[in-house]
Amino acid sequence: MHEITLTQILFVSTALFFIGMYGLFTRRNLITMLMSIELMLNSVNINFVAFNKYLFPEKLDGLFFTLFIITIAAAEAAVAIAIIINLYRSHNSIDVDDAAEMKY
Amino acid sequence: MFNNIFLLMRQELALSVLVFLLLFIKIGKERSNTSILNFVNIALFVNLIIGICFVGKGELFSGMFATNALIILEKNILNLAVLIISMQSFAWLKNHDQVIEFYLLIFTSLLGMFFLISSGNLLIFYLGLEMSTIPLAAAANFDLSKRKSSEAAMKLILSSAFSSGILLMGISFLYGTSGTLTFSILTAHISNNPLQLFAFILLVSGFAFKIAAVPFHLWTADVYEGAPIAVTSFLSVVSKAAVLFTFVSVLYKVFQPIASTWYLILILLAVVTILIGNLFAIRQDNFKRFLAFSSIAQVGFILIGISGSSVAGSASLIYFILIYVFSNLAAFGVVSLVSALTGKENISDYKGFYKTNPLLSWVLTIALFSLAGVPPTAGFFGKLFLMMAGAAKGNYGLITFAALNMVISFYYYLRVVKAIFMEENEAPIEKLGIPLVSKMAMYICVAGILITGLASMIYDYIYSLSFGL
Repeated sequence: MHEITLTQILFVSTALFFIGMYGLFTRRNLITMLMSIELMLNSVNINFVAFNKYLFPEKLDGLFFTLFIITIAAAEAAVAIAIIINLYRSHNSIDVDDAAEMKY
Repeated sequence: MFNNIFLLMRQELALSVLVFLLLFIKIGKERSNTSILNFVNIALFVNLIIGICFVGKGELFSGMFATNALIILEKNILNLAVLIISMQSFAWLKNHDQVIEFYLLIFTSLLGMFFLISSGNLLIFYLGLEMSTIPLAAAANFDLSKRKSSEAAMKLILSSAFSSGILLMGISFLYGTSGTLTFSILTAHISNNPLQLFAFILLVSGFAFKIAAVPFHLWTADVYEGAPIAVTSFLSVVSKAAVLFTFVSVLYKVFQPIASTWYLILILLAVVTILIGNLFAIRQDNFKRFLAFSSIAQVGFILIGISGSSVAGSASLIYFILIYVFSNLAAFGVVSLVSALTGKENISDYKGFYKTNPLLSWVLTIALFSLAGVPPTAGFFGKLFLMMAGAAKGNYGLITFAALNMVISFYYYLRVVKAIFMEENEAPIEKLGIPLVSKMAMYICVAGILITGLASMIYDYIYSLSFGL
């Protein structure tokens, strides 16, 4: 049985970050785009917890930062979903390509 | 201990009290919009006085919250800008159903900016940044029934969430390489190792999103066009100013050890920002989009000033922001009044504007002259100091480039002036009745534009407080 090293965890979190970024750029559904952003934020959470546990276990800075990120991500999602609902009322769609009145 | 908190955090506390007062007014008995607006304007004025009257220095919560004379001055500039915006939006809010909610969102955002400016720790820095952007996205959607407004809010919340994700990734790597979140300790751990450079670049991209520097500017024009004008002017002046203040202090204080690296990044950002901002501003017809691209170009000039990395760098930034508050808000004030009373927002609608509304025409013209940088308006001196600060590094090619771009910017600013004064129009905007409060706001702006440039003690005062590398 091998011990999991910091490098492996960082690999996972970086992969998660770029998967989120890829999803944000390719998906056209607003809810899925929001989920992609949450994925990016969660990869940052993994980073903080891993750094805290492996490198600086004597202080809890990283863990507390994670708690704040989770809280703020929830607030951000609430506002974003409220905006998306309002967008659905006026456009009858939550596809970003349908909300493209303003360009250049 | 408690005395200390009340003195050092008095601007934040005053704003919080105002937010709670508005909440109580909201749940209390129904009041007329005019009385609420008058109350808020007076309260904002009192808030500004509270901020000015005592200057202290100190740290709270073991270095998380820091304040000094410079930070108090920056907060006062933001307070002043919000007061002017509030006075200007009188005509728009007078007949609006949700006046109090608008102020709640704006004030919460302003409170977040205060914490952002005062932050001495990456955690409070992040919290302040989010607290200032999330309410703004809701405020951008304030015209609930308009299609463009909800599109703008969607673009703002998605791009700001994305940018804060990038910023957080940068912060997490900084934490991983240094083991601390406190700015003052962090400086000792910053070096040119690749992971920290990567973290730094992510952090700068997060900042560039918020200040709308090219190539991170794509949300700007759409959000500015779709959002209500009061929110647009808040976004383009107050939120940009707050992030720029923080940006310069983070660069100069925390990332001091890698100054030669961020100098190159700043130069690159500045050149692209000025060029793209100018070229796109030429082809706009919507006034709000036009001001959006002109504000992108202004950020480019500001970045050149910051790159000087001397005391003059940060002093000229704050001085320019003060001028920018007056000149941009004067332009937005006229546009918001015309839009609220007639619904017209295009530059071509302004043809023959001088014949029907001479006062508004003059205010708009002085504001545009100041944005372009024509002496004797303050905008000229602001840009002059920015360029002098940038030239301190001896990079004269860059300064020449910026000066040539100012000539390009003359073209599109003067095009509007030409439409106002010289072009004929069969159906010009009719004569508008200006509310007294809006008129006062305009006079404050014009006085600011004319006085800030000529009274040298203002720049001297800012210079005496500023810090360099």
